Parts: sequence; C-alpha cells; structure tokens
Amino acid sequence: MSKKLLSVPYLFWSALFIIVPLLMVFYYGLTDKSGAFTLANIAAIASPEHSKALWAAVRLSLISTVICLLLAYPLAMILCNMKVNHSSFTVVIFILPMWMNFLLRTLAWQSLLEKTGVINSILGALHLPPLQIINTSNAVILGMVYNFLPFMVLPIYNVLVKIDANITNAARDLGANEVQTFFKVILPLSVPGMISGITMVFVPALTTFVISNILGGGKILLIGNVIEQEFTQAYNWNLGSGLSIVLMLFIIFNMVITAVTDKDGEVSIL
Amino acid sequence: MKKLVMMACVLLVVSVLAGCGNSSNAGENGEVYVFNWGEYIDPATLDMFEEETGIKVVYDEFETNEIMYPRVAAGASKYDVICPSDYMIHKMIANDMLQEINFDHIPNAKANIGAQYYEQAKEFDPNNSYCVPYCWGTVGILYNKTMVSDPVTSWSILWNEKYKDNILMQDSVRDAFMVALKLNGFSMNSLNEEELQIAKNSLIEQAPLVQAKVVDQVRDKMIGGEAALGVIYSGEAIFTQRENPDLEYVIPEEGTNVWIDGWVIPKNAPNVENAEKFIDFMCRDDIALLNFMYITYASPNTGAKALIDDDELRASKMDYLDEETREELEEFVDIVRDSQIAFPDLSQYDNLETFIYLGEDGDALYNQLWKEVNSAYGE
Repeated sequence: MSKKLLSVPYLFWSALFIIVPLLMVFYYGLTDKSGAFTLANIAAIASPEHSKALWAAVRLSLISTVICLLLAYPLAMILCNMKVNHSSFTVVIFILPMWMNFLLRTLAWQSLLEKTGVINSILGALHLPPLQIINTSNAVILGMVYNFLPFMVLPIYNVLVKIDANITNAARDLGANEVQTFFKVILPLSVPGMISGITMVFVPALTTFVISNILGGGKILLIGNVIEQEFTQAYNWNLGSGLSIVLMLFIIFNMVITAVTDKDGEVSIL
Repeated sequence: MKKLVMMACVLLVVSVLAGCGNSSNAGENGEVYVFNWGEYIDPATLDMFEEETGIKVVYDEFETNEIMYPRVAAGASKYDVICPSDYMIHKMIANDMLQEINFDHIPNAKANIGAQYYEQAKEFDPNNSYCVPYCWGTVGILYNKTMVSDPVTSWSILWNEKYKDNILMQDSVRDAFMVALKLNGFSMNSLNEEELQIAKNSLIEQAPLVQAKVVDQVRDKMIGGEAALGVIYSGEAIFTQRENPDLEYVIPEEGTNVWIDGWVIPKNAPNVENAEKFIDFMCRDDIALLNFMYITYASPNTGAKALIDDDELRASKMDYLDEETREELEEFVDIVRDSQIAFPDLSQYDNLETFIYLGEDGDALYNQLWKEVNSAYGE
C-alpha cells in the first residue's frame, strides 16, 4: 500500500506532462481547423517539401549517429582500460561540457565556424585556406556529433566495464589473438550498449531544429524545423501535430528495434 | 575546510533564493505585463517607470510577430501591453483580440505622437483607436562599402551572382516576400496568385546566393564583416553604422515597407489601468528619446525630436541623467540630428507601403509558398 502511495507523484507527473500532451498532439493531428476528423495532416508528409525535410533529417541524423559510434567506441574502450582514478576523472572531463547550456554550446560553434570566426582567423594567420562549412549541412552534422557524442560514449562505456575480465582471459587462453577477441567476444557483448547509444543519438538528432537553425543559417530545413515553424510561425497546430505523429512513428520504430535487441534490459542510461 | 565551503555554498544558494522571492513581489500599485520585441526598450526606462508609479513591470520578449501571435491567441499568458507591427495589429483587430484605447487616459500619446504617424497607421487601424505608434522605419539594404563595388540602388543587387554567399536575407515570410514582390514591381500586400508565384520563383532563384537567413543576427554579422549585403530594418542600420563606419544603408528605388510598431492593449488584459499608465510613460518626450538612443529605431515622438533639436530644452528636461548617460546622449544627438536614416525624407518615393493583414487564406497561401522557398534552400 505504502509503495503505491509513493508512486502517486510519479503517476500524477506522467499523466500531466506525458499522457495529456500526447493526447493533445493526437487530437490536433487528427482534426482540421474546425475540429472535424481528418487524416490530411498525416498525409501531408507526402508533400514534396515535407518529405524532403524528413529525408534530410533522417540522412543527417544517420550520418551523425555513425560518426558518433565510430568516435565513441574507441573512446569508451580507452576509458575502460584506464586505471580507476584516471577513468573517472576522464569521464568527468567528458561530461563537463554538458553542464553548460546546449544552446550556448551550439552558439559557440557558430562563432567558431563563421567566415570571420575564431577558427578562420587562426587559419588565416597561418596562411592556410579558410574552413567553409558554416551554414551547410556539414556544420549541422558537426553540431549534432558534438552535442550528442556523450550519449553514445556513456552507454557503451557502461557495457564495456561490466564485461568480466575472465571472459577475455579465457578467449586468450583458447588461442584467440587481440583482433579475434575483439570481434568475437567484446564486440558482440557490447551490442546492447551500442544499440542504446544509437537510439539516444539518433532520436534527438532526428528531431532537432535548434542545431539546424543556428549552424545551418536557416537554410537547412529538417522535419523538426518544419514542425517548429508550423507551431510558431504559420500558426497551424493541426499540421504541426500531424507531422509530429509521423515523426513519433519513426521513433517508435527505432525503439522497437532497441527492445528486440536489448532483451536482457541490461543497458542503463548512465 | 570542506565543511566551510559547503556552508558558503548553502548560504549563497539561500540568499539567491531569498533575493528571487523578494523581487517577485508585486509592486505597491500592482503589476503590468509587457510583451515586446527583443532589445526594444531601454531597461533604465522600465526602472524609472517602476520607481515613479510603484507598478511592477513583468517584461517578456519575442523575436517575430509570428512567434508572438500564438502565445497571445492561445491565452496561455495574459499581457497588458504588447508591441506588434502594423499587419499583426491589423490581424489582432480582425480577430477581436484588442480593446480600444482610451486616449483620454494617455495624454502624452495625443500630445507627442506626430499626426503623420497616426495617418500612416490608418492603413491597418482605420480609426486610430487600437494602437499608439512606438517606433517606425523602413526596410532596406545594408551594405559594406569595402566589399561591394557596384552602386546599391535596387533590390536586384541581392540577385547578383558576384555576391554569392555574401548576402543575408530576412528569415520571416512577409519581409522576404516584400523584397521579391517589390523587385518584380508588385504590391507587397499582393494576393494575386500569379504575382506571388513570380515572387516565389525569384526567391528560389536567389537561394543559392544567400549566405544565411537571419532575423536579429543580421546586425552582428554585418558589423563583423561576415557578409557584404543584408536586408535590415532602418533602426538597426543606425546602430550598425555606429559600430562599423564601413556600412551604408539604402532604401531601394523599387520602394519598400514603411512599418510601424505600436502599443496595443489585448482584450484579456488584467491590468488595463496600469497598461495605460505604461503607454503614457513611454510616450513622454524624454523617455522616448532615451529609448530612441538605446534601440536606435526612429521614434514617432515629436516631443523627442524637439528635444534633439533644442539643446537648452534637452539640458533642462533631462537633468536627472548621470554624467555618463548625458555624454552618451549628446554624442547620439549629434549623430542622428541630420541623419537621413533616422529621419528620412520619404517624399521622393511614391512606392512605399505598409503591411496589412491578408486574412487567414492569404496567410496560408504565403506560408505555403514560403515553405516551398525554404525547401529550395537545402543542398
């Protein structure tokens, strides 16, 4: 009984801030301005502008996820192999930028990358050709990788530290070399961490509109930007909600893959 | 030692929280909820208002009219005074969101705001009953003299291949279409589908040349020499010139938008009386001048203009300023007194217009075309 009582605040919280908003999104998404039922807002994803924005978002977030994975895996392994004192220090260093506001960090990248920005001033002083990626999709990918990399490192690190040293020792005992141990033992054991990391990078990257706005110079139109503009500028909440539902389906699809792969439920977020 | 540090931290947090608690108390004469553009008022004038009236100002900011509207329309937050632009005021009047202003309670609005601005405001507020003009200006091209070799007289320079990746466009639907419609010789309030398609195609054609679409950032980017040409509001032009003398502002020959931002009181305003006091205060000549100096957007306040022109009057009326502010004011007055940007002679143009609200269908049409333009930007 007392345990149930303890869950009341959480139930209240999730009803108010998760269930109710979701129902509102579905209500707006499935009705038109007059309140009549319609599927037009969902079907609107087929229009050339919307589908282009969706595919642009999928493309950029996939690229960022792959880059994050390639960067994060070796890093997580290095962290694992460090002595305890060093590794916790390095993890803190790694999380440190996350204590700063996400918007500020992204704005900082803008002033770093600008034509007359910090990086190009240094390159110019060294008589090197300028870096011209601001306001392109490459800058958006950079912003995504930078902002979401910790979400990839930490789950992989969590899985890797839990792998029993005896397992790798046994592999060596049985004659496997370093490469074989990695591909046949460590990599398969760390799949749940990778899947969890992939979800945690792919989903926010897919839905972001801030990064594309700030680093894309308003020229990179992702599905997140379209939805944001429907709410803030075009004042068409119905269409905005309809497109959000489509985006949610994409994310649920991703979650299902995670659930299937991560049967043991071993992977924690932090 | 550790304990001491902890104690210090706790004390700090407690004192900060206590400070917050105090400041959130209502003023002795209640509150006024103000919703204004970003960086569109001198914060010092808000303090002066609070001190003189005992009314606490709760101040929020918005970046574009389009962002402001849903927040007010949804009724989630109630404001007493808002400062939208012409066409948005028109839209709010059409949707019955504003209340008529009792000008008898705002004597300064009658006395100080120039008649020609009320006349201009009639395009969107036909009886001058809903809006007190606060700022006005034009939209034009700001260019960097060191980076642009051609004469800048026409919107068409924004379509010149030579300046690829050196052009900043406005990231708001009406301003962007204004440029394209004017370029093609149409009215910027056009609802003619054929004209709008032509304008849309012009914008799509321009897309590869544009470095970025921005709103407020155009100012910093132009000052920093990040781009050669930018579409900008006249008020920002004075500010940018002060920071970077290489910049020059031009009203293109095809004509442009003469805009007015004005104070309005929404229907659901909880503190109408305080709203009237706030507007009256902002229309006082010395306050208008302080705001003009801070935001550099031209003021329709004839009292403020008189203060600029008359040194003695200014000295006596504004003797309450501290030394530093007074020096800054004198410097500013010298700059704007004969400035063509601050006080342009618009009689040479016969193609200036003011935005009006285009109705729900018109808005939807513009938004659809704007989306098609935006879609063309990505690589």
